[in-house]
Amino acid sequence: MSDISLQDTSYEASMGDYFALLKPRVMSLVVFTALVGLLVAPAPVHPFIGFVGILCIAVGAGASGALNMWWDADIDARMKRTAGRPIPSGRVTPGEALGIGLALSGFATVLLALATNFLAAFLLAFTIVFYAVVYSMWLKRATPQNIVIGGAAGAFPPMIGWAVATGGIGIESILMFALIFVWTPPHFWALALFVKSDYGNAGVPMLTETHGRDATRKHIIIYTLLLVPVALGLGLTSIGGPIYMAVAVVMNAWFLKGAIDIWRRSDADCDADHHAVEISVFKVSLYYLFAHFLALLVEAALRLYGLGGW
Amino acid sequence: MAIRVEHEMHERRKGRNYGVGLLLVGFIAIIFGLTVVKVLQLGDARQFENFDHVARPQIIPVDEVAE
Repeated sequence: MSDISLQDTSYEASMGDYFALLKPRVMSLVVFTALVGLLVAPAPVHPFIGFVGILCIAVGAGASGALNMWWDADIDARMKRTAGRPIPSGRVTPGEALGIGLALSGFATVLLALATNFLAAFLLAFTIVFYAVVYSMWLKRATPQNIVIGGAAGAFPPMIGWAVATGGIGIESILMFALIFVWTPPHFWALALFVKSDYGNAGVPMLTETHGRDATRKHIIIYTLLLVPVALGLGLTSIGGPIYMAVAVVMNAWFLKGAIDIWRRSDADCDADHHAVEISVFKVSLYYLFAHFLALLVEAALRLYGLGGW
Repeated sequence: MAIRVEHEMHERRKGRNYGVGLLLVGFIAIIFGLTVVKVLQLGDARQFENFDHVARPQIIPVDEVAE
């Protein structure tokens, strides 16, 4: 700032800074899984009501992201990955984030109830509370199991999408929930293995800090083994089919191989190749989830033409 | 310091103001769209003529008339 003026020269938050509060990248995953949950459901939905339903789920997820950034601003400031977020970088005040988070939560939940049904709205409200209160405020700083239970928040969107279409809960929507729920821990711990020092600096009890990296590697393989029956079981339900099953077999084998590779490594191996295996398994875990939901979508599309399914 | 109609803040907050405006227009479009879809989904318009507080013999089901 070279010129001196009496005007308030502090940074003026732009629309983009407020949008960044909603965690757009997380939101894109939420939109995708919720959309799949809605489209694979056996009940037809009017396209506009479906669109509003997905929008409400996305805004609700974004609102919980804003609440999380409000609560965790102190942690975020101490981690390299999150130091550039709107609050720690000073572009948005904590009060603004809290206001936006609460307002959007209310709008999204009420609009979802009016546009679709009360079960979907209840599930969305539950998800927001679970992420903002149970995960952010309660578990994240208290236990290394934080992401295991907190992962439930990220697992709800397909279940909400299903509820938008059917107004109910089914074995299919519960298994879609379980797929993301059990997938989250190995996905996140693979990340924690190569950004370990960051979480330590912020004082977040990640498994790598509290129980060591070898214990984390064991946890990854255990959760990946638990994930396999969930993924294959989903293929046996009414929304599965041969294409889903083929994708599930390949992706589970790939992810499981990655988990075994990680399990067999030592810290010396990690230092030698700068966590190349952990980084690649983390990427595989992203493909894993995307491929499963894409396969469900393909099965649903084929069903329209009398193909797909069992 | 001259008093200007266009305050410097108007320019500084232009992006935000347009953003909020667009969001409000979008919100109106959603509510209007939902109204249209929901009303059209009601089907037979005579169903909600029931609520105009005027006796309308033509909407009483035939079997009730027979009793």
